[in-house]
Amino acid sequence: MWRLKLLTEEEIVSLIEKYGNKKSSLIRIMQEIQKKAGYLPKEDLSVLSQQINIPLSKIYGIATFYHQFRLKPFGKHTIQVCFGTACHVKGGDEIWDFLREKLRLIGSEDTTNDLLFTVQKARCFGACSMAPVMKVDNDIYGNMTKEKLEEILKKYS
Amino acid sequence: MSEEKLLQEFKKAENVLFNGHEYRITVGVSTCSLAKGADKILEKTKEEVAKRGINASVVRVGCNGMCYSEVNLEIIKRDGSWAIYSYLTFDKVPDVLEAFFSGSSKYAFAFRRKSGTLKGEEQVPYLNEIPFYGKQTRRILELVGIIDPLNIEEYEAFGGYNGLRSALSKTPEEVIDIVKKSMLRGRGGAGFPTGLKWSFVKNAAEDVKYVICNADEGDPGAFMNRLTAEGNPHSIIEGHAIAGYAVGATKGYIFVRAEKPLMAEMLSKAIEQARSKGYLGKNIFGTSFSYDIEVILSAGAFVCGEETALMAAIEGNRAMPRPRPPYPATKGLFGKPTLINNVETLAHVSYLFRNGLTNFVSVGSEKSKGTKVFCLAGNIQHPGAAEVPLGTPLRTLIFDIGGGVPKGRHFKAVQTGGPSGGCIPETYLDYALDYETLASIGSIMGSGGLVVLDNTSCIVDVARYFLTFTSAESCGQCVPCRIGLRKMLEIMDKIVQGDGTENDLFLLESWARKVADSSLCALGQTAPNPILTTLKYFRAEYEEHVRDKKCRANRCLKLILKAKLPKA
Ligand SMILES: Cc1cc2nc3c(=O)[nH]c(=O)nc-3n(C[C@H](O)[C@H](O)[C@H](O)COP(=O)(O)O)c2cc1C
Ligand code: FES
Repeated sequence: MWRLKLLTEEEIVSLIEKYGNKKSSLIRIMQEIQKKAGYLPKEDLSVLSQQINIPLSKIYGIATFYHQFRLKPFGKHTIQVCFGTACHVKGGDEIWDFLREKLRLIGSEDTTNDLLFTVQKARCFGACSMAPVMKVDNDIYGNMTKEKLEEILKKYS
Repeated sequence: MSEEKLLQEFKKAENVLFNGHEYRITVGVSTCSLAKGADKILEKTKEEVAKRGINASVVRVGCNGMCYSEVNLEIIKRDGSWAIYSYLTFDKVPDVLEAFFSGSSKYAFAFRRKSGTLKGEEQVPYLNEIPFYGKQTRRILELVGIIDPLNIEEYEAFGGYNGLRSALSKTPEEVIDIVKKSMLRGRGGAGFPTGLKWSFVKNAAEDVKYVICNADEGDPGAFMNRLTAEGNPHSIIEGHAIAGYAVGATKGYIFVRAEKPLMAEMLSKAIEQARSKGYLGKNIFGTSFSYDIEVILSAGAFVCGEETALMAAIEGNRAMPRPRPPYPATKGLFGKPTLINNVETLAHVSYLFRNGLTNFVSVGSEKSKGTKVFCLAGNIQHPGAAEVPLGTPLRTLIFDIGGGVPKGRHFKAVQTGGPSGGCIPETYLDYALDYETLASIGSIMGSGGLVVLDNTSCIVDVARYFLTFTSAESCGQCVPCRIGLRKMLEIMDKIVQGDGTENDLFLLESWARKVADSSLCALGQTAPNPILTTLKYFRAEYEEHVRDKKCRANRCLKLILKAKLPKA
């Protein structure tokens, strides 16, 4: 099964050295941690808080403010469905509902039980001319239909 | 640039562009065309060209704005013959190359340019004679889709960085004077006069100053900034350095939206190249001016586009706007005087200094000179990006360039200015696209995103959509925006679910006015615009929802279902 890892204390210290031990580096260090770990593990944030001398509550405040940050593990693949204006007008919400149905996600669940997929709503990728748009990891797909979605899902395992 | 001028310049640059080959083959690879597999088509083209021993350099270019006909592949011969293949798919690549180089007409190209000696294709239209292309005035986009964005020498071959050279031969005061005379206004939304803003920062008495390029482009439906950055990043960097020189800045930043990583990558690579050529770094062009630029990737929040929130984000805080004054020009990033300009504004600056004042002011409306890139999306035949002089009627953009709504449908409205803008009905289609005119009908220019709605779109649903967006994106700091938008959304939810009453329409309007009047920043102040304009121009549709429980676009499913159920 897909697993995520924590960063070692040394890795966090070296990130702080790279970007500088100052408040304006905080977001960039958090971005790097998320890139490596896949999300922001609580243990990592505590280490970061001690090392950079910023209260954990403040770091938590930043992590919950920005869309990019996530405090729970992601699935192996992240599927983002665009909820921008052009995609809304072209029925992006129907793609979203169909996707969740296919992956059997209910209520507030956003990750499949096998940790294969996490689904997210996104704000416009700037590919509005191809609406409705969906992104799986770094691959972007345009002019989405339900049929196309079924085909695409098969490509990821 | 006119078509003739472009072809002349292209000829002059041919040694760089052909790089010793007989042919130049380009594939437009940009976020939009990636959604159609353009990267794979580029690789396949390279493979096939090598396999067939064709004497061509295969080059990645940006998207020329014709997103509707992607993927676009162009084959240019040294004598100027120029064929453009559109709607290309991966499987067709070998056949297209076979057809072109064997002279068969099996896979005919879609467009051509007026030069060279292409034979046997007399029916193929010239690119500059189709409305989508011919009705544009391309300045920001002139080289987008033509040059390799990551080869600085191609930009230089078209006169790139001569604008910076020319600016550095003048005093900062002279540079600012030219920008003032150009009547250039900020393309980030509010249309503030750029020269005036520069003079505020220049006159601030401090040693350390910053310039930030706002590449947050958060308006869903707008992608002109990313298209420009992906297709010609050097034009932005050149404008950035000119701005830095004029205001006396020591360091520059580009703040890029999290959802647009390709844009950040292209800008970062272009900055490295500019450094290696001495256009950034110490003592640029042997002058005492030293300047460098750093790219910062946003962690994602719509409000980051607001200038004071953006600075808070760079400083490592939550992106909360703060009241102005003090304006960034006096107290900005890290407390220092800071100039913030939009991507397109800076690209216009480099155009201005590469082409001169007279050229710059030759198009535009009385109070706003120059061009603006607009994005066409939603229910429109030709989605894409097009550049026209400010003051062009909406109708030209939507119907001539954009080809109107899909066949068999009726135009309903065009949404301009994103979540801060309004829905404009057909009656106003002949109004000019400029800052004052749009404001006079309750909308704004914003970033220039145009989302077209037809009879399959429900105006109430679209208005509600914007509230879901703005209420989720409110930073939560001030009460009118945080609570007011939520209240408005609750009322809209009632209406689209078939539980609305006529009183709700009054309540909605009264909340909208309160939020607009009392919010701290422009996010809250403008968020009611989509509601207010739709209530004004499309009241009948709201009334149908609340009174007749009817949605004429068949979009509000809960309402439709409820109307069918027998009354309890
Ligand atoms: C909620 C909100 C979002 C904004 N988003 C952007 C944006 O994405 N890009 C941008 O250039 N300006 C944006 N602005 C406007 C900026 O605050 C600022 O006015 C602009 O970057 C100034 O550049 P200009 O003078 O070149 O237009 C936004 C404003 C608000 C209130
Ligand atoms: S609105 Fe979906 S990509 Fe822009």
